[in-house]
Amino acid sequence: MSDNQKVDRARRNLVVATSVAGGAAAVGAAVPFITSMWPSERAKAAGAPVEVDISAIAPGELKVFEWRGKPVWVIRRTPQMLESLKTVVAKLTDPASKDSLQPEYAANDHRSLKPDVMVMEGVCTHLGCSPQMKPADAKAEMGGDWAGGFYCACHGSKFDLAGRVFRGAPAPTNLTVPPYTFLSEGTLLIGEDKKGA
Amino acid sequence: MRTLLAALLFVPAVALAEATYPLDRAPIEPRDLVSLQAGARTFVNYCLNCHGAQYMRYNRLGDLGLTEAQIRDNLMFAADKVGETMRVAMSARDGKAWFGVPPPDLSVIARSRGADWLYTYLRAFYRDEKTASGWNNRVFANVAMPHVLWKLQAEQGVAQYDRTVRDLVNFLVYLGEPAARSRKSIGIVVLFVLGVLFVFAYAMKKAFWKDVR
Amino acid sequence: MASRLMALWEWFDARMPSVAEEWRKHAAEYYAPKNFNFWYYFGVLSMLVLVIQIVSGIFLTMHYKPDAGLAFGSVEYIMRDVSGGWILRYIHSTGASAFFVVVYLHMFRALLYGSHREPRELIWIFGVLIYLTLMAEAFLGYLLPWGQMSYWGAQVIVNLFAVVPYIGPDLALWIRGDYVVSDATLNRFFALHVIAIPLVLLGLVVAHILALHDVGSNNPDGVEIKKRKDAHGRPVDGIPFHPYYTVKDTVGAVVFLAIFCVVMFFMPEMGGYFLEHNNFIPADPLKTPEHIAPLWYFTPYYSILRAVPPLFNSQFPGVLAMGIAVLILFLLPWLDRSPVKSIRYRGAYYKVALALFVVAFVILGYLGIEKTTVWGQFAVTEGSLMDRMLDTKDRATWVARVCTVLYFAFFILMPWYTARDKVKPVPDRVTM
Repeated sequence: MSDNQKVDRARRNLVVATSVAGGAAAVGAAVPFITSMWPSERAKAAGAPVEVDISAIAPGELKVFEWRGKPVWVIRRTPQMLESLKTVVAKLTDPASKDSLQPEYAANDHRSLKPDVMVMEGVCTHLGCSPQMKPADAKAEMGGDWAGGFYCACHGSKFDLAGRVFRGAPAPTNLTVPPYTFLSEGTLLIGEDKKGA
Repeated sequence: MRTLLAALLFVPAVALAEATYPLDRAPIEPRDLVSLQAGARTFVNYCLNCHGAQYMRYNRLGDLGLTEAQIRDNLMFAADKVGETMRVAMSARDGKAWFGVPPPDLSVIARSRGADWLYTYLRAFYRDEKTASGWNNRVFANVAMPHVLWKLQAEQGVAQYDRTVRDLVNFLVYLGEPAARSRKSIGIVVLFVLGVLFVFAYAMKKAFWKDVR
Repeated sequence: MASRLMALWEWFDARMPSVAEEWRKHAAEYYAPKNFNFWYYFGVLSMLVLVIQIVSGIFLTMHYKPDAGLAFGSVEYIMRDVSGGWILRYIHSTGASAFFVVVYLHMFRALLYGSHREPRELIWIFGVLIYLTLMAEAFLGYLLPWGQMSYWGAQVIVNLFAVVPYIGPDLALWIRGDYVVSDATLNRFFALHVIAIPLVLLGLVVAHILALHDVGSNNPDGVEIKKRKDAHGRPVDGIPFHPYYTVKDTVGAVVFLAIFCVVMFFMPEMGGYFLEHNNFIPADPLKTPEHIAPLWYFTPYYSILRAVPPLFNSQFPGVLAMGIAVLILFLLPWLDRSPVKSIRYRGAYYKVALALFVVAFVILGYLGIEKTTVWGQFAVTEGSLMDRMLDTKDRATWVARVCTVLYFAFFILMPWYTARDKVKPVPDRVTM
């Protein structure tokens, strides 16, 4: 190899070496900039799980709590309500909740950890309005075969007492069930599956 | 050049500062987690009643080697959730009414006053019937703050009280900049990477400039 | 694949000015003198710091809140709650001081080698405009953390505008948008700092470099390399900027970044000179701190302002002196009457004058940080003639006055001493 070629080789190798080292340094330098855009501690604290007291909710009653800026409904379902869930399966868009969002412990017939406590986000899966509760006796409004559930006034979507969406509604999926866990018989932690350390 | 040197030598000898109370060096060790934890305990028990640390979250105290449960059980009196900030129980209006001036937030007090000032200040209270609180301070004359730690000072004796204050000041310094420890350790890695980069860049420069005469 | 890329490139090239031509003109065939030394790093380093400040500034703006009630808290939010936020903050605060270190050294290079002389006067003028814009940018930015120093520093400097005859008070009111520095002031300073002044700065930097590349760079010997060209029309003492100076400046940049990182990671406050202790106290319009001082890079001019006593019951002479101290830089190309550009071939007059200028500048800088009582008082008997003559007994003020005279003398006497200086013969070719 001529001297010139040797020099060019040396130069090229050093350019490559410096570029690699420089590239690594640049990637390292970019890390704090990119990570600064993830939710801050303030956002994480505001979105932290909430502990709620459900001991005072009477059978058949619904209470609204807030988590991550959204309404979360807790309903103490009566045995009649649970029975009615079976009667409407044929009219549902997603009866097995295959396309809907819920933790694995809520992928069952009653979409909850315990059958008598229903926890779900009160946010219509169409465009985000909050539906109204329409109990089984609201048959005048909702039709003769209404077994109880929710009606979204914005575009007419209907959901049953497990948040499952009825066919014919603009909403595509069942109401989302958030992660939650029982801290005790009367206390729920909404937003977290396992008990926090 | 000589005039420059002369000017530089002249300066330190004649920098006459105004007469201020001489400050003791705060013997703090920022890496001593036991000291920091003790300081956190003193802070939460004695300072948070009147002062806030509104920019500090409780769960950040995990830096000191504490678990969330430990933080919740031992250090949280004025908040429910561990992600909340150390806000003061007292309102600014009440503080002004009771003390004449609202007690300042302590989040960055160590960065404005300095560790030595805080260490000396907390050990320089003396009884003075002429003030509203009955206390005065040699470092900060006529301070509105009473000697909150007076009981500790009376019970502990000089050496132990000095250690209590040292731990508290250590904690206040940490409070001022919780990222200080990672700042220094990341800095060492960065300088190492730049060192490697320098070696390659310099060799590259030499290779290209060999033929320039 | 490669031919597709070629076709795409040709499509683009046919519709835009030639990128390849610009690359040749400004890098691969921009012939720079081969004898650049240490002093020649600082131009590129200035550009590097500009980029660093813009990038870190953009990310800071994602979290900072320009509201008097929220600003201070938002900075602590960045320091604590934003992941890696403390890095962003320290990069920006260290970068601000680094910018002035680099720019002052860059300007000093011009004084050493006559880079302000014909035919480079316009480069110098753009440069002084950049310096002024940079000072405005730093001043505007310093209000944003809304600490005690931020607030009172802004209050003092905006009040200087009130001292201008006739239009002063209205001018200050217009700048502030309120009767005192307030939320209105903070918001507009934010707008100016984040976008308006950076755009001006970028435009001026482009103009500065275009003017430089048109004339060609100076060098430590002050020899015009374009006077001697080879058969191909290339200066014999020139080397293409790329790859020689791109490669050399890479080394310079790495060394600079290492120093920058030492400061940033291990001493970001720099003893209170880069991040002032008093600025960790939230702004309090009702309580002025005992000692207000501007950031270190403004202190020489602050010293000059304080050194000039009130005349005709007005503080305006001091303000005027401070303003002229900066603006006189524009005249430098025409004040310098030496037949020779570089200090290497100048005589003793210029070397002494420049040394005195540097010493005066540094002392003025130091005195601007300290209180006027820092060096005590002259021992003068009460009621004596001396006592009645002296408007102040502070030793520091009198030293500042002497240094102010030296500062102005460097410029005002320059036409005289540069013309009479005994110069040495300048070589034809550069010396390595």
